[in-house]
Amino acid sequence: MRVFEKNPLEKGLAERLREHGVSRRGFLKFCAATASMMALPPAMIPAIAAALERARRPSVIWLSFQECTGCTESLTRSHAPTVEDLILDLISLDYHHTLQAAAGEAAEAAREQAMRDNHGQYLLIVDGSLPGPDANPGYSTIAGVSNYSMLMEAVEGAAAVIAVGTCAAFGGLPAAAPNPTGAVSVMDLVKDKPVVNVSGCPPVPMVITGVLAHFLTFGRLPELDEYHRPLAFFGQSIHDRCYRRPFYDKGLFAETFDDAGARAGWCLYRLGCKGPSTYNACATMRWNAGTSWPIEAGHPCLGCAEPRFWDAGGFYVPLSVPTGPASDYLLAAGAVGAVAGAVVATKARGRAKEEAAVRQPVTVEELEQKL
Amino acid sequence: MSATPSSNGSPESSPFTLERGLAAFRAEIDGPVAAFFSSCVHCGVCAQSCPFYLETGDPKYTPILKLEPLRLIWAAEFTLLGRLKGLLGLNKQVTDEMLTQWEELIYDSCSMCGRCSLVCPVGNDIQAMVRKSREGMVASGHVPEGLIGASVRAVQTGSPMGLQWKTLQVQINHIETSTGLTVPVDQAGADYLVMLSSMEVINFPEYLEAITRIFDHAGVSWTLSTQCFEATNAGIQIGNKDVAALLVQRVVDAAVALGVKNVISPECGHAYTAIRWEGPNLIGRPYPFHVFHIIEVLDQLRAAGRIKTEGMETDRLSLHDPCNLARKSGVIQQQRNLMDLIAADFVELKEHGKFQWCCGAGGGVSSNERAEPLKIAAFKMKKAQIEEVEPARMVTMCATCRTQLEEGLEHFNMDIPVVGLTELIAEHLVEHEPAEQAEGAT
Amino acid sequence: MSDPMDFLLLTKGPLFNLAVTVFALGMAARILEILVNGRRPNYSEARGGQWLPGLRTVLTRSVADPGTFKRAPFNVVVGWLWHLGFIVTLLFFIPHIALIKSLLGLSWPGLPNPVVDLVTAVTLVALVATLVHRRTHRVKRRISTPEDYLVWTLVFLLVLSGYLAYNRIINPYPLALGLHILCAEVFLIVLPFTKLTHIFTVFIARWYNGASFGRRGVES
Repeated sequence: MRVFEKNPLEKGLAERLREHGVSRRGFLKFCAATASMMALPPAMIPAIAAALERARRPSVIWLSFQECTGCTESLTRSHAPTVEDLILDLISLDYHHTLQAAAGEAAEAAREQAMRDNHGQYLLIVDGSLPGPDANPGYSTIAGVSNYSMLMEAVEGAAAVIAVGTCAAFGGLPAAAPNPTGAVSVMDLVKDKPVVNVSGCPPVPMVITGVLAHFLTFGRLPELDEYHRPLAFFGQSIHDRCYRRPFYDKGLFAETFDDAGARAGWCLYRLGCKGPSTYNACATMRWNAGTSWPIEAGHPCLGCAEPRFWDAGGFYVPLSVPTGPASDYLLAAGAVGAVAGAVVATKARGRAKEEAAVRQPVTVEELEQKL
Repeated sequence: MSATPSSNGSPESSPFTLERGLAAFRAEIDGPVAAFFSSCVHCGVCAQSCPFYLETGDPKYTPILKLEPLRLIWAAEFTLLGRLKGLLGLNKQVTDEMLTQWEELIYDSCSMCGRCSLVCPVGNDIQAMVRKSREGMVASGHVPEGLIGASVRAVQTGSPMGLQWKTLQVQINHIETSTGLTVPVDQAGADYLVMLSSMEVINFPEYLEAITRIFDHAGVSWTLSTQCFEATNAGIQIGNKDVAALLVQRVVDAAVALGVKNVISPECGHAYTAIRWEGPNLIGRPYPFHVFHIIEVLDQLRAAGRIKTEGMETDRLSLHDPCNLARKSGVIQQQRNLMDLIAADFVELKEHGKFQWCCGAGGGVSSNERAEPLKIAAFKMKKAQIEEVEPARMVTMCATCRTQLEEGLEHFNMDIPVVGLTELIAEHLVEHEPAEQAEGAT
Repeated sequence: MSDPMDFLLLTKGPLFNLAVTVFALGMAARILEILVNGRRPNYSEARGGQWLPGLRTVLTRSVADPGTFKRAPFNVVVGWLWHLGFIVTLLFFIPHIALIKSLLGLSWPGLPNPVVDLVTAVTLVALVATLVHRRTHRVKRRISTPEDYLVWTLVFLLVLSGYLAYNRIINPYPLALGLHILCAEVFLIVLPFTKLTHIFTVFIARWYNGASFGRRGVES
């Protein structure tokens, strides 16, 4: 990881890779993986390779706000050497207060320097949500500067913003009810610059690097879904790509975490799996260098890549179950309704009885008048 | 006065008002009515059970539609939503105009045969609700003239046809002469009080003779009552409980006066329904006697071995179950047991028993002259049923059905005579010693 | 609501509570309206019992008599088809069972999803057929009210949205699921105030019918 490298734009990728001891073959393999992950046809592989070889290292400023560093962990703790590492070598990470060696004023100065030198061209990556403009800025500051001010200042000269992780993308856990810090997402604040959301708590590392690769390859951001997430990674639900899907289709479900169904690897829907409503690449890319992923480990999907997953009811409650105490309402309203119905019926019956009491019997003399 | 369908006359002179009618409708609404209206899904299956719809093809005769006035009142006044809508003035009102329009649907095109009540998928007892609706129709003055006439005559003369005891006495004399038997009259403490219908007395005098002979044969203690011989109830047909109660009370008084244990309803469907099922509720207490249809009594005698027959009818006979007797009162097997005694070639109509088809004349339709075309139309259902099995004769046990069958078959030029089951039984009685006769009289 | 997830959570939370509240209030009122009104005393001598014949009719009225079947085969067959389909889908789709369990604490085995999927497809076709029938059959046309068409629409949308959500034809899924739940909520809210009450009152109506006929010695 080379943070603070100056003048990064003179070397192309091919050269850098050779420096890292990566063969041409390894590089093409990466290009093929990138193409496949972005759902591009194989014919695009040479184009990607060519583009990446020519690519110059863009300046990247990484701002961390109300976050847990899980996103950074996800990115850096992946097995080395990986494409993730390579990609990080391909950019000039000019500011990342967890990773950078500098501290204090020197660190902030580096950020300001990078913003000035690459004005209008740098990529801004954000992890963590931040107190909104109406919230008390004191909940989260860096070097005495509120997150909000720092973000807006950095956005001003950015080419694009990548919100990494569900907090930056959607607010995340800091925004969970009752949202004490008034946390908002990047998307809530940045309206005049392209924003890419790489959601997930944390996001799949390959997805972060994939977005960067796309940017490097094509010089623009990938196609996005309505949540500004790259469609190539978020286009399909966990459920649709889940290897346990056949069990769902057959109606075979684990009921508890240790029953025969769970051991047989049956569908986790009834244990609260949010796979059907969650769009992410876990099922195809998996985690820890493709070792496994939550559902494969026997745990239902929490839906962490979706907005408001933190407030969407119990993690172990099936997706079809309402989030509120509906059965209480059922009972209470049923009781009230029973009383209301009884009152209406009693009143109506009482009225009918009263009328019957004063009823004027039909006599034959009256009938005769009709003849 | 009232034209067809009746206008309400001049409102200030008529004792019947919309208000009075609505109150009468209201008084009829109970739990079952609420359950039935709550459950109707407008599937239209009831129409497939209604001879008036099936033979005219006019969807306005769909049974559930006939209940619209009653339904509107229920919806507006007996439901929470109706109450709320009422506050906003959103409920559709039942008007005199509507009731005028509905008069034809509730009277002319409904014989209250109850077939719809038996096939409705959600279990709506539509027939019972037509009966209830008629209460409101009477009280609001929307009633066919023919039924008013029958009711007035029934109350004033004791018979809807204006028949007097003296006419019956003449018939009794004839019977006594021709059979050599005594027709017991006003015999206190008899086991059975036999009630008649005017139609039987006038059109089918053989009925009383048949009863006289059978009861003599079986040694049954019975009597007629000069106080009341008429069991038909125009009040049930017009649908007014005051008139109906008055007429039922006459039967009850006669039975109580003679101290009989049982009352026998004539071969008349609605008379049976009236005194068997509605009567106690009309007078508000249980009877001190039992009520049977003559067919029930004959079958009891048969089962007890007290009826011995000889010979069989050899021509092909089929049976028309009166709605009131079969579907509405559960007398179904009895007539078949009796047919087996005397019919060698008995053939059932395809749909019979509780699923029989109405002759088209019940429920006051036959007393309602303007309903004549509908009555004939509805009969076509029966006609088709009869044609299907081609009997030589039809057998039945209701004077109204019998008259309708005879008239209808004649109308369509079908040469199929109609006979009463009681007479058929009487014709096959084993002749026996006069000594036994005397026993029976005590 | 532009955000599908917000929409889904709205339908799963507050709207569901609202729907359940209105449903329970209305339906309890409707049933009490019937039961409190009750029946007037009957003094006539009974020929048969009431309870057993009543319960018998509750069951047997589900099956049309042969004559009615012959005269109204469409009503009988298609009516059965879609009612059965609706009930099977409602009660035997695993996510529905999970929902019912969370509400009432009752649970039972479900059917494999492809079976429910097929049943749902058949139900949709049958529902379309009932609408065509309602528009073309002279009796049904004559007796149909706006409410009948409203209820048809709600039932159809409910089944259709479920079908689309399950087959993931509408995307994203939270939107599809939210729409389906919303349809169910509208259905629940409208239920006590339309002919949909028959879902519950049919048992009372049939019982009254069977009891009335049974008392007179007729199996109805």
